[in-house]
Amino acid sequence: MPIKVEIISPEKVLVSRDVDMAVMPGEEGDIAAMPEHAPMMLLLRGGTVSLYEGETVTDRYFVAGGFADMTATRCTILADQAVPVTEISIDSATARLEELTEAWDAADKSDITRLDGLMAKIQSVRAEIEAGLPPE
Amino acid sequence: MASLKELRARIGSVKSTKKITSAMKMVAAAKLRRAQQKAEAAGPYAVAMRRMLGELAAAMAGQDGAPKLLAGTGGDRVHLLVPITSDRGLAGGFNSNINRRTRQTVRKLQAEGKIVKLLPVGRKGADYLAREFSDLIVDRVIGVGGKELPFSAASDLGDKIVSLLDAGEFDVCTVIYNQFRNVMSQVPTPLQLIPLGLDDAAAAEPDANAAQYEFEPDEQTLLERLLPRNLQVQLYAAMLESAAGEQGARMTAMDNATRNAGKAIDRLSQTYNRTRQANITNELIEIMSGAQAV
Repeated sequence: MPIKVEIISPEKVLVSRDVDMAVMPGEEGDIAAMPEHAPMMLLLRGGTVSLYEGETVTDRYFVAGGFADMTATRCTILADQAVPVTEISIDSATARLEELTEAWDAADKSDITRLDGLMAKIQSVRAEIEAGLPPE
Repeated sequence: MASLKELRARIGSVKSTKKITSAMKMVAAAKLRRAQQKAEAAGPYAVAMRRMLGELAAAMAGQDGAPKLLAGTGGDRVHLLVPITSDRGLAGGFNSNINRRTRQTVRKLQAEGKIVKLLPVGRKGADYLAREFSDLIVDRVIGVGGKELPFSAASDLGDKIVSLLDAGEFDVCTVIYNQFRNVMSQVPTPLQLIPLGLDDAAAAEPDANAAQYEFEPDEQTLLERLLPRNLQVQLYAAMLESAAGEQGARMTAMDNATRNAGKAIDRLSQTYNRTRQANITNELIEIMSGAQAV
């Protein structure tokens, strides 16, 4: 029995189809949405969402943080930003990483909330670069 | 009476104005379609977000310590108004409607003894309000109404509002934007964002009693992260609607202008022809009376 997965960014719906399993990067560890999963809401960190049909990964999307809402029959991923892994631009991501690293160096080290936010962004961009690298 | 030469010049100038307005109408129609598609594409995110907020609010009902974004600061002394206008004019009453509505709201709140602050979005609103309420404007956002309108425009604005809230700068935040009814009519609408009226939560509840949700990491953290995002999404929706409305209003205004120009050309042409004939008749009379005199 499949589960309906939707990946939605604020600007548009990227994916809306039935898959057998979707693995997503929860803030406290990766988690898989499968049919008959208990209803759950979670925070996502930057990482890759893999859509499975049977045992094989059919599609991979990079999400830069967001939220997920899963129930027994559907899973809605609200991504801050989302791109198919094949369309990731390593160059632009690297540039953004450099910018963020500079911002980190310049940031006031006693401002914990700002540092937390920056760190989350840096990790998200690192995950993006990693996801965008061609498989070895 | 104007001379033939003057009339010819005026007809020429009205004709070229008509060409411009009719071209602007075409452009606005194309942009309108794109803006509407964008507004539609952004719909599902807002719907899903509202559903999640509803579930969360239901799960947290009765718990203390609701974040300021949801419950407000407890007071309603200082109001922040965010009027959304366009950067460019020639759109009929589109911007002046918002400006008038904002002005009325400011006056009304001030009469009630509240403090009002303004954060205008769009050049037209910012310029107008700066003339009358320059001391009330805390910040302004200009140059986001272009055809792109990325989500980051809304998220920057949202972050700005949240940091103002955290700094205790205001108690209630209301957006005033043009709601897109149809191409012909855009209605200036106030929408209160902070504190958030969660009427939608009640509507979502029947869905919630199906099974108990689990939350990761926990309700409080999720809510704290969802609320600013929700604010951004609502702002984005308002900005998109305003962008579509702007094009709709411009299209209608330019259609009217084109039609008016057509009428003006007809009227001027008629005057021109009458004058020309009168001149010819005059000349004939002169020739004939000259011939008779001989």
